[in-house]
Amino acid sequence: MAKTNKFSLKNVDLWYNNFQALKNINMNIPSNEITAFIGPSGCGKSTLIKSMNRMNDLVEGCKITGSIMLDDESIHGHIDVNALRKRVGMVFQKPNPFPMSIFDNIAYGPRTHGIKSKFKLNDIVEKSLRDAAIWDELKDRLKKSALSLSGGQQQRLCIARALSVQPDVLLMDEPTSALDPISTAKIEELVINLKKDYTIVIVTHNMQQAVRISDNTGFFLLGEMIEYGDTQQIFSAPSDKRTEDYITGRFG
Amino acid sequence: MGKRSLAFNKELAAKILFALSASAAIIAVGLICVFLFVQGLPAIWNIGVINFLTGTVWQPTWNPPLYGILPMIVGSLYVMAGAILFGVPIGIFAAVFMAKFCPRPIYKVLKLAINLLAGIPSVVYGYFGMVILVPFVRENFGGNGNSILTASILLGMMILPTIISISESAIRAISSEIYEGAVALGASHERATFRVVLPAAKSGVMASIILGIGRAVGETMAVRMVAGNQAILRMPHEFLSGARTLTANVVLELGDAYGDHRAALIATGVVLFVFIMLINALFSMLKKKDGV
Ligand SMILES: Nc1ncnc2c1ncn2[C@@H]1O[C@H](COP(=O)(O)OP(=O)(O)OP(=O)(O)O)[C@@H](O)[C@H]1O
Ligand SMILES: [Mg+2]
Repeated sequence: MAKTNKFSLKNVDLWYNNFQALKNINMNIPSNEITAFIGPSGCGKSTLIKSMNRMNDLVEGCKITGSIMLDDESIHGHIDVNALRKRVGMVFQKPNPFPMSIFDNIAYGPRTHGIKSKFKLNDIVEKSLRDAAIWDELKDRLKKSALSLSGGQQQRLCIARALSVQPDVLLMDEPTSALDPISTAKIEELVINLKKDYTIVIVTHNMQQAVRISDNTGFFLLGEMIEYGDTQQIFSAPSDKRTEDYITGRFG
Repeated sequence: MGKRSLAFNKELAAKILFALSASAAIIAVGLICVFLFVQGLPAIWNIGVINFLTGTVWQPTWNPPLYGILPMIVGSLYVMAGAILFGVPIGIFAAVFMAKFCPRPIYKVLKLAINLLAGIPSVVYGYFGMVILVPFVRENFGGNGNSILTASILLGMMILPTIISISESAIRAISSEIYEGAVALGASHERATFRVVLPAAKSGVMASIILGIGRAVGETMAVRMVAGNQAILRMPHEFLSGARTLTANVVLELGDAYGDHRAALIATGVVLFVFIMLINALFSMLKKKDGV
């Protein structure tokens, strides 16, 4: 089966005012696979992932050039930015549930996109929570505040919330860095299961995590993409010295 | 005397000074409480709690005099409700605008204007009300212009700075992560602001409203200048007629009141005091719920 590309980035440069945070990024992100971004702090991983759903638009003084195509359509072209973000969901580093009930957290997205029927919303909430593997834990407390959940539960709730608008892509920026090992394992398992329906891009500082779950890995350094390819390949036989130094921990 | 004990004495003196300053506030509240209740409660007792609170006629000069303050309680409630009706929606929208929609240059001007608005003495508001609002209401709505409606509009303006500045900081205090979470789901800036950020700030917004209400209930001078001040029990549809508030009742008559009359006015103050206490209690309850 030939790989289809969900995203394809060409000559992407990005500036925060005068500071260039991304330098000539070229990469294809295959559909229904997990792609991991690794690299030292400040190398531009978050910046890159945020340019894929244009969250960088919110940053004053941020300028981007080059092309980012989603299913062969430019995300900077005719597409409405809200429609783009519906298709390209995002899970943040720190769980950020809304201070409202669990049900309303999940229903917010579908309501935003015009679904009013209580019946449909019930359905979506259940399906999203099931897909995020947290339905059994939460089904009896949907009316409770989302803030009463543990950090790990909150993060899975946020994943469910992202799934509620039926995106094609899930961008995850260090989704487990604030969580304990058990919650992390649950989320990793969940992410692997989600692969069949979604294209997933995940930023991680955890090499083992990248090895365990991802199909492709990109290594970044100071705004440049140093190496990108099959995860096994990158971790067993990196072609660039800097990649090797980083994954073997010999790096600042 | 050694250097050490001098330092010690200085420290002790400072402590005493601080303690005294701090207790001044408490003593003041305590004295007001004692004064009000000692002088007011016997009057309420004499008139009869029911007669006093639910009596609809206030005629201190009649024989026998009638001291029913229900018209004033109702007057205060109308004016308060009216002020909420005008002040709260405008205040909240203004706060949202300032926190989430306002370009920086406009923000500076607005902030300045609101700070000024907060600093204007109430007699100046009252004057503005007499000169501008009273004729405005007379010409556009009817009546003689000195009315519940006029007082409501004026008080609504007066509570704006409180509501706007406290609501604005409550909205700003909501972390941007929550806002970004909404936007990342495809919500527009407006929708994320009104459906996620504003509800998240609701306890702060409620606090601003309650503080505003406190100001509205306690306001005396400006209300007295535009409300007509008739001590007559009004029905809601009579919002173009005048009404007297609890505060106005005290300030209008205290100057030449003696004996029972004077005591009844102080008793009016007691009722006002209880009003304000209730509002403050509501405020601290909300604060506690918020875990601040
Ligand atoms: N809003 C911003 N304004 C200016 N510079 C920024 C902004 N956000 C990020 N940067 C800069 O861009 C560079 C890349 O930041 P980015 O957050 O993408 O790094 P990262 O790889 O995600 O790091 P980390 O692993 O610590 O999350 C950094 O040098 C950072 O200081
Ligand atoms: Mg980052």
